[in-house]
Amino acid sequence: MLLLIQYTLIFASVLVLVALGGCFSEHSGVINIGLEGIMVMGALGGALMMKYLPKGTVAPIMILLVILSSVLVGMFFSLLLGVAAIRFKADQTLVGTALNLLGPAAAVVIVRAINTAENPDNVSSTIAYGQAKKAFIVNFGRFEFNWFMLIAFLLLIASFVVLYKTRFGLRLCACGEHPQAADSVGINVYRMRYAGVLISGALGGLGGLVYITAGVSEWKFENGVAGFGFLALAVMIFGQWKPVNIGLAALLFGLFRALSNVYTGFDALVALKLPSTVYNMLPYIISLVVLVFVSGKSRAPKAEGIPYDKGQR
Amino acid sequence: MNEKPKKKESLIRNSSFQTIIASLLCIILGLLVGYIVLLIINPSGAAGAITAILKNFLYYPSAAAAKKYFGTTLVKASALLMCSLSVLFAYKVGLFNIGAAGQYVVGAGACLYVALKAGLPWYCCLLAAVISAAFVGGISGALKAYFNVNEVISCIMLNWISLYCVNMLLSKVKEQSTPYTKELSSVNKSALIPNAGLDQLFSKNEFVTIGVPLAVIMAILVWVILEKTKFGYELKATGMNKQAAKYCGMREKRNIILTMMISGGLSGFGAAIFYLSGIEQWMVQQTSVPAMGFNGIAAAFLGGLSPIGAIFSSYFIQHITSGGTYVDKTMYCTQISDLISAFIIYLCGFVLFFKLWLNRYLDKRDEKRSAKEKKGGEA
Repeated sequence: MLLLIQYTLIFASVLVLVALGGCFSEHSGVINIGLEGIMVMGALGGALMMKYLPKGTVAPIMILLVILSSVLVGMFFSLLLGVAAIRFKADQTLVGTALNLLGPAAAVVIVRAINTAENPDNVSSTIAYGQAKKAFIVNFGRFEFNWFMLIAFLLLIASFVVLYKTRFGLRLCACGEHPQAADSVGINVYRMRYAGVLISGALGGLGGLVYITAGVSEWKFENGVAGFGFLALAVMIFGQWKPVNIGLAALLFGLFRALSNVYTGFDALVALKLPSTVYNMLPYIISLVVLVFVSGKSRAPKAEGIPYDKGQR
Repeated sequence: MNEKPKKKESLIRNSSFQTIIASLLCIILGLLVGYIVLLIINPSGAAGAITAILKNFLYYPSAAAAKKYFGTTLVKASALLMCSLSVLFAYKVGLFNIGAAGQYVVGAGACLYVALKAGLPWYCCLLAAVISAAFVGGISGALKAYFNVNEVISCIMLNWISLYCVNMLLSKVKEQSTPYTKELSSVNKSALIPNAGLDQLFSKNEFVTIGVPLAVIMAILVWVILEKTKFGYELKATGMNKQAAKYCGMREKRNIILTMMISGGLSGFGAAIFYLSGIEQWMVQQTSVPAMGFNGIAAAFLGGLSPIGAIFSSYFIQHITSGGTYVDKTMYCTQISDLISAFIIYLCGFVLFFKLWLNRYLDKRDEKRSAKEKKGGEA
């Protein structure tokens, strides 16, 4: 049971972070399908930082540096989407998809290049960060507390405050609802949209880092993040683009994702004799079902996905 | 401007000509980026690696071997062509079918299961693949039409669900000792698509079947449906504006579902002509969706969203993907060609802007010229 809670919380943290990223981007009016690719790149940034930091680094400094590096890499990568979608008015779905393909491919190429440079026989696509990642975990009895759970929770509150209580957040939402109106009162729509995309890159990159530290073993970059970026988008839609609802939705999805890891610990579930594949499918099936019920009366930002054109009436 | 523009002028203003230029630019820039990445990783072998990618089967010195591997590339390219047709068909109707990958998986699962378990001949397996993949596509379409579920997200979810289901299904027909499905040639020969003598053209490459020309025929068929029939016109009108289409008396919900079904069917067809050639067996422990469907997106956009263009772009994408396996593996990894094709897709996002910019530039030039001529006339 404890294990289930632990996994639920850690997966929910990943989903919350990435879904909030998507939420910021969409509130500014840019659909960010590329979260999956951003996660991979963010994870890469964090993993490389963990690998190259000297052994004796103090835990708080290390945590800070690792987070910083994955956030920065995520932001940089999301800029590819920002420039294409905002400056060059590209099809956001297409560019997002390109990011999803580009992220894992680039990550594998980089990791393999590093590995073969160190040792020509090493063709694996993993980075050795197993030791370093222990800094993120604090044991309370048998419960492994991961600092990211706290960070995700704090960022959730921060997002709520920023979106609804600050001038910046309200302006951001205005750009996603009616950019022409926002422009008419002197808001720079382009700048706001860049801000939205960059925030989503930062949160997506951080989400990727949490994803790779959640696993027991070291992570293979070839595998990508197994559709987590898209699950996060489903979480965001289920949460109707509102931070608090997103938090609750993430807990639900996290629970189902965690079940596939630990269902063997429950006698009732083992007694059902379902193949493990069914549990692997569960999060995706649930999200489809959930989407059916919530998409009808969608509260999506009105102008999302439409490139802003100053001259348009 | 009443005077007729010069012939050269009209060529560069031609939309399809601009698309071709834009696609070529994307390819060149994509390769350039790939080359730069290679240079960064290891400068000494970069030139060799990029030529290996571009040469692909020409890597083999003997003409017979090169021909054989050319055949293999063609088989893979024909499957890729079907996936890219699937993507572009849906895109023409305003739907982004990122689920081509999942539909491809379902098609593969259906045709292999029918072939290995029921022992039916190849055309039945092909039909099974098309129908089941169309069904999966139809789910996304129905969710979009009736529940307003974003098709991109439902497709992705279905991709994963399909992968797990197919792995489960095909575990029943796998070899005892390996995770691969049984070979068609030993279990059910009738399920192999006939060669019709095509294998002779490629130094007896038995995997080259009538699937390759069939894929090209399908591309032409898709073009005819989209451009020359009332049905295709209705679908495109629905994609442009759902409300307007409804107002004109088209059944917009039916059209969306039909589009996704056809789109899915095309992917399923691609899977069938690939797996029923016996070139590869399905690995039931796969943890990621095959790249074919995603590369289909690249091919569709690189081909300027035209079925005829897709024939060439699919071949090109497959050519460099296969070429990636020939790079010097002590220095680089094969994924470098994935990186190049991913970057090409990214660049395709700029095509619209490029055309806009080009036309604006041409307009300006014309204006300047006519202003000059006017001035000259006055003086």
